[in-house]
Amino acid sequence: MNIPRFWRKINNRYNLMGTKCENCGQTYFPPRNICPNCRREGEIVEHSFEDEIGELITYTIIRSAAEDHEKETPYILGIIELEENTRLTSQIVNCEIEDVEIGMKLKPVFRKLGEQSKDGLLFYGVKFSPIGKEE
Amino acid sequence: MKDVAVVGVGITEFGEKWNSSFREIFLNAGIQALEDAGVKGEDIDEAYIGNMSAGRFIAQEHVSALIADYAGLSEMNVPATRVEAACASGGLALRQGFLSVASGVQDTVVVGGVEKMTDVQSEQSVEILAAASDREWEAFYGATFPGLYALIANRHIHKYGTTRDQIAQVAVKNHYNATMNPKAQFQNKITKEMVKNATKVADPLTLFDSSPITDGAAAVVLVPAEKAHQYTDNPVYITGSGQASDTISIHDRNDITTIESTKAAAQTAYKMANKDQSDIDVAEVHDCFTIAEILAIEDLGFCEKGKGGKMVEEGITELDGKLPINPSGGLKACGHPVGATGIKQAVEITNHLRGEAGERQVEADVGLCHNVGGSGGTATVHILSREEQK
Ligand SMILES: [Zn+2]
Repeated sequence: MNIPRFWRKINNRYNLMGTKCENCGQTYFPPRNICPNCRREGEIVEHSFEDEIGELITYTIIRSAAEDHEKETPYILGIIELEENTRLTSQIVNCEIEDVEIGMKLKPVFRKLGEQSKDGLLFYGVKFSPIGKEE
Repeated sequence: MKDVAVVGVGITEFGEKWNSSFREIFLNAGIQALEDAGVKGEDIDEAYIGNMSAGRFIAQEHVSALIADYAGLSEMNVPATRVEAACASGGLALRQGFLSVASGVQDTVVVGGVEKMTDVQSEQSVEILAAASDREWEAFYGATFPGLYALIANRHIHKYGTTRDQIAQVAVKNHYNATMNPKAQFQNKITKEMVKNATKVADPLTLFDSSPITDGAAAVVLVPAEKAHQYTDNPVYITGSGQASDTISIHDRNDITTIESTKAAAQTAYKMANKDQSDIDVAEVHDCFTIAEILAIEDLGFCEKGKGGKMVEEGITELDGKLPINPSGGLKACGHPVGATGIKQAVEITNHLRGEAGERQVEADVGLCHNVGGSGGTATVHILSREEQK
């Protein structure tokens, strides 16, 4: 991921800024500019998920990763539900591999997301921590 | 719409082809298909080529022109088109060829699929394959391709009580089938214990739950059904073709354990063929990971949602079972040269319907091919039959 490509979504990545369709009320993260329910009738506005408590829908332990994430293995990857039918994919931190379970409640935390080994670029964004362990 | 027949098939050996280049691999399969059909270069009206990522694997784009050129078709200015939908590129190419003949625009169409994956290091191939997911909102956060299927697997286990043994059994079955396929990458038997104890990739999936990195190609020759007997006494007809989309990311699906594109493509294909799932005698389905075969047999309608693991456990999908699935060895054991897989499935089903599948031959009049791109963003389903559609 190069710098401009990362930078243009930085508000979304740093602050969990998604979108909401004011026509049907559905929220979106990752952000969408077209509501699949309403399409052209949709009315899209920004919507922050920063203070949401998430629920773990499913997870895996990544043992073998692509180059940018190799140094982090093994790590927990999960799908987190922020609001009904609004879900995202991110990592679970502050949690032992053997303690992770479907249904656990999670809070967003700001962390290093990846490292481009080639030129030493670091990327930051939101991962998720079990409630009470977010320090 | 015209009915469409397969009159020739060709396939390379699948595996790590250190000594063969991209173009050589493709030509090997293409020439076999033309010879099988008895079609000459002058007869070819158009070509479609399924290929996921020659640009990343061998730094070569514009592969349709490259292939047409080295096949000697550019002399005659034969149009050639590359088709891409990640691992469903082959299935899409087959559908484009089918539509081209069915529409009456072209008479003789060659459809191929090819991938040369072993010219890059394995970490690089992990990265290239992850491009089939959403780069910005899945891969960037650390999702790998096996990781996405592992997320589905854990949810399936949680929701339906699918067991680790049932999932491992898919790999055991497919490896057994591949022992009878001389073109397969892995022709060795394995056990459930070997699957479960292999190197972990993304829990609960191990290396033996995963399809390998493969070089290979496959090709078929399509003509209008009314002309099929000019080429062969044993034509096979494509009676149904379906393609559908689902969200590119699995996190956006209401049910993470269902691939809606598979369901929709299957319904389209069944309807066109005037068949339903009970008419299918044999199927090649997209088992890029063991759990994917369980999803496939559920979403194609062969069993109720959540009962796929049980169906595998009961032996129904084995070679001598009521509904043999992946007689070729599937992506798991036959190998998965991503752009070629969708065409390989059509070659395999054609061979069974012609009675030319050798030691692994199953008794079948109607077969199905199911090809998936990425984690289900695209799916194609084709129904092949010994009987012409009436
Ligand atoms: Zn809406």
